[in-house]
Amino acid sequence: MDNLLHVGKNIPRTAETDKVTGRAVYMDEYKRPGMLHGKILYSRYAHARIKSINTEKAKNLPGVRAVITGYDIPDVRVGFLGDQTVLKRDLVRQFRDEVAAVAAITPEIAEEALKLIEVEYEPLPAIFDPLEAMKPDAPLVHETDARGRPLRSNILPLPWKFNAGDVEKARQESAYTATDSVNTPWINQCCMGTSGCVAEFDSNNNLMFCSQTNVIFGAKQRIQTYLLNIGLKGKKIRVINPTVGGSFGTKLDTDIYEFICIQLALKTRKPVRIRFTREEEFMALPPRQTARFTIEQGCDKNGLLTFRKVEAILDNGAYTSWGATTPSVMMLPISSMYRVPNVSFQATCVYTNNIYSQAMRGYGNPQAAFAVETSMDHLAETAGIDAAEFRMINRNHPGDVTPMGLKITTCPLEQCITAVKEKIKWDEKRGKRNGRGVGMASLIHVAGGARVYLSDGTGIRIKVNESGEVDVLSGSTDQGQGSPTVIAQIVAEATGFKPEDVNIVFGDTALGLWDAGTHASRHTFVAGNAAVRAGEKVKQQILELAVQYIPKMVKRSLKQQKKKNPDFVEPELDYTLIDSPEKLDLRNRMIFPKAAPDHPHFKTEVGKILTSGLHVGTGESKAVVAEVFWDPPTEMLNAEMKGNYSCTYAFGAAGVEVEVDRQTGEVKILKLVSAHDVGRAINPSLVKGQIYGAAYIGVGYGLTERVQLVDGKVVNPNFRDYKILTANDAIPVEAVIIEDPDPAGPYGAKGIGEPGLVPTAPAIANAVYDAIGVRIKDLPITPEKVLAALKAKEG
Amino acid sequence: MKKEITFTLNNEKVVVEVDPGWTLLYLLREVFELTGTKEGCGVGECGACTVIVDGDAVSSCLYPVLEAEGKNVITIEGVAASDGTLHPLQQAFIDNNGVQCGYCTSGMIMSAKALLEKKAVPTEEDIRTSIAGNICRCTGYVQIVESVQQAAERMKK
Repeated sequence: MDNLLHVGKNIPRTAETDKVTGRAVYMDEYKRPGMLHGKILYSRYAHARIKSINTEKAKNLPGVRAVITGYDIPDVRVGFLGDQTVLKRDLVRQFRDEVAAVAAITPEIAEEALKLIEVEYEPLPAIFDPLEAMKPDAPLVHETDARGRPLRSNILPLPWKFNAGDVEKARQESAYTATDSVNTPWINQCCMGTSGCVAEFDSNNNLMFCSQTNVIFGAKQRIQTYLLNIGLKGKKIRVINPTVGGSFGTKLDTDIYEFICIQLALKTRKPVRIRFTREEEFMALPPRQTARFTIEQGCDKNGLLTFRKVEAILDNGAYTSWGATTPSVMMLPISSMYRVPNVSFQATCVYTNNIYSQAMRGYGNPQAAFAVETSMDHLAETAGIDAAEFRMINRNHPGDVTPMGLKITTCPLEQCITAVKEKIKWDEKRGKRNGRGVGMASLIHVAGGARVYLSDGTGIRIKVNESGEVDVLSGSTDQGQGSPTVIAQIVAEATGFKPEDVNIVFGDTALGLWDAGTHASRHTFVAGNAAVRAGEKVKQQILELAVQYIPKMVKRSLKQQKKKNPDFVEPELDYTLIDSPEKLDLRNRMIFPKAAPDHPHFKTEVGKILTSGLHVGTGESKAVVAEVFWDPPTEMLNAEMKGNYSCTYAFGAAGVEVEVDRQTGEVKILKLVSAHDVGRAINPSLVKGQIYGAAYIGVGYGLTERVQLVDGKVVNPNFRDYKILTANDAIPVEAVIIEDPDPAGPYGAKGIGEPGLVPTAPAIANAVYDAIGVRIKDLPITPEKVLAALKAKEG
Repeated sequence: MKKEITFTLNNEKVVVEVDPGWTLLYLLREVFELTGTKEGCGVGECGACTVIVDGDAVSSCLYPVLEAEGKNVITIEGVAASDGTLHPLQQAFIDNNGVQCGYCTSGMIMSAKALLEKKAVPTEEDIRTSIAGNICRCTGYVQIVESVQQAAERMKK
C-alpha cells in the first residue's frame, strides 16, 4: 500500500474555501421567500402545573403570524421513550420546557410577542439530585409512562447491567484493590453555530426540512412518524443540511425546537426558521449529563488486573434523549480497557427536574474513562507499581476477545504509551511531588462503526461525467471535521482520479443513499469503506471502456499519422497488453497497461476515454456510475450487553505535565501529549486537527467547563461564565499519530473523531495527584477544589 | 428615526439609512447581506462577528452602527483580492487545516489580519493574544496559530 498517491497526504481543504471567504451558507444564511421567524417560550419553573395560557395579546402584535400552545397542536409524544410532547399542556418538568411558540415576520417581533404571552403556573415540588430522586418517597417527575401506565419511581426502565466472570471471587483472590467515587459534570457542547432549522411545506404538504442533523435519515424517519401521528399521512420529507457550525453530539437526536418549527410552518403555510441565541444554546439544548461512579478494581501480586466493578448513576434530566444510552459506550472502557477478566457494571439513569441530557463527543466514554483511569492510577500506587508500567502489563493485545465480546484486531497501545512516556519525560519527572507532576491515561473507543441501530451502513454513489469530474453522492453529513477532503482522497485513490476532480454532495436525503449518521467516529471508516468499494467499481467500468476504446484511438491516430506522412512506419503494437480490464490500471487520471506503465501508445489520459466512450451513439449505452451500500460485519449488543459492536477499536494514550500552584490552587498544563492509534491517517493534518480539537475539549472537561444548574436552572448561559478555553490558554499540545493499518479499514484507517477527548481529563487528574499528592475526583479540577483538597490533606 | 451614515465598506464608499439602535453586525448582515460575519453570541464574548474598523479588530455585534460614520470597515468579504485571489491568511487557513466547521473562521481571519497589518512579524504570543477573543470549539487553536504564522511568513516574501 506504500504506492498510494493521495491517501496519507496532507491534501488542503480546498473544497471548503467558501468558509474562508465568508460565502459558506450556514443555517443563518439559508433563506426562503416569505420566511418567518420562530421563537419559543420556555417554562419559568422547574416543575409546575400550567393553570392557564393567554396568547391573545401576542396574537394581536403587528407582524405576528402565529402563536401556538400545546392546545393548538395534537398531543403527540416524541423522543426516545416517548416521554414528552412538543409543546407542554399541563405540566412543565424543567426550565427548558416549551410552553408556547410564535412565528413573526422578524425575530425581534417574535421575541416581543413572547413577552406578551401570559402563563399562570402552580409550582410543584421539584427534585434535582438523582440520589434524592431515587428514594422511594421522592416526588415523581413523570406520573405515567408514554402509554399512560402509572410510574412508581424516577428510575428509567433501562436496565444497564453487565456481568462477566466472577467479580466476588476475583476480589477475594486479589492481592490489591482500590475503591473510588468520582463525579463528572454537566457540560455543554458549545457549537459555535447555534441550533436552528428551516421548515417549509409545499402546496401538497410535503416537507422540505433544512436541518443541522448529522443523521439525516434518522431525522427523516422521526419527522415522518411525527407527521403521521399528527394526521399527515404519506407526505414526502426531504431533509437537507446547510453548512454546519459544529455538532459534537448536539445533532444526533431531533430536538423539540425542530418539531415546533414544523408546526409553525404548517400553521402559517410559510417557511419558518428557528435559530437559537447563545443563551438558548446553553439553557435549552441538552448537554452531556453529570454522572457519579463508584469503581472498585483489583490486581494480583504481579499487577495483573483481576476484576473491575463499576456502578454509575446518571442524571437523565426531565426527558429521555441519547443521554440515557451513554452507558452502552461507558461499557466499552469499563469492560475492555486493559485485560480484565471479571467485570460488573451497572448504570442507573434517573429522572430529575434538571435539563434533559443527550450525546456529546465521546458519548459515555470520557465519563467512564475518568473513573477507570483515575482508579487505575490509584490501584497502581496501592500495588506499588509504576502507573505507566501497570498500564503496559495490562494492555490489550491483537486477537483478544474482551469480556464484552469486543474482538481486538489491531492494537498499538504499547506504542501509544511508549510515545507518551518518552515525550512527557515520564521516568525523569514522575513521582517528585514538588508541585509539578506527570500523569497518564489510555483509551479504547469504537473505530469501525458502532452498531446501535439495526443498520450501521452507509451508501455511496459515484458517477463519472464525460468531462472527467467525479461526483460522489453521500447520505452522510459533514459538520466541519473535513469529510469532503477525506472522502475525496479515498475516492481519488480508489477510482484513479485526482482529489480535485471529486465533487461531493453530502446531507440530502433526496440524493444520498441511506446512512446511519456521521457519529460514533464512524464516517471515515464506514463511508470510506463504501467509497473504496464504489470507487473500485467505477474504475473497473472505466477500464472496460478503455479496453474497447484505446485500441480504436491508437489505430486511428496511427492511421492519421500515416496519412500526414506516407513515410511513417506503423509500429508493431502488442494489443494483448490491453485486451482485458485486468491488464490495465488507472492512477492519477492516466490509464496504462500494468505490464508497460509508460507505454508510448497505450498510456491514455482518462478524459479521452470518457469523451470517446460516454454518451455516444443512439440507443442504450454505457454510463459510469456505481453504488455500494456497506455495513460493517458487526453485532448488536445482546441481552447480556455483549457483542462485537464495532468492526475495529481505536486505542490511545494521553500524557500531561502540570504545575499546581499551592497558594492559588491553579493547575497549569505545561505539556499535553495525545498519542493515537488511527490505523492509517488518510490525511495526517486533518487527523491532528481532530486530536487537537478533542484534546482541548478534554482539557476544558478536566479544568474549567461546567454547566451550573441551580435548582434546575442554568445560571451560566454565556461564554463569560461558562469557561471554554481560548487561544490565550496556550495549552502546549502535541498530537502523535501511531499508524498500524487495520485490515478492515479503508486503506487501513480507523475512526479518530472522538478519541482525543477521552483520556485527557483523567490524565490531568493523575498529573495533579503526582504533583501535590491529592486526588481530585470531581471534575472540573477548579482552584477551589484543589485548595480544599490540600487543606483537607494537611488539616 | 432613521439616520444616514457614510462610511467605507470593503474599499467602497457607502451611504446608507440606519436605525440608530442597530449594531454594525445587523447592518452588515441584514442590509448589505455580507453574511460572512457571524453572530455566535451577540454579546461580544465569542468573536465570530469580528470585523476591522480603521485598522482595529472589533466585535461588530457590540459596535453601535452610528459609530461607523466616516470609518473604514473591512469584513471577510473584503479580504480576498478583487479578482478572487485569496489573501495569504485565507490560503494559509485552507492549507494548514486552520478551518474546521468554519463558523469562527471569518472572525479569526479578521483578528489575525488586524494583527499582521500592525506587526508583520508576530510572535506566537502576539498571535494568541490577537485571537484570544475568538472562540473556536473545533481546532484547539493549534492549526489556526500555525496558519497565521505561515501567512505572516508568506507575506514577508
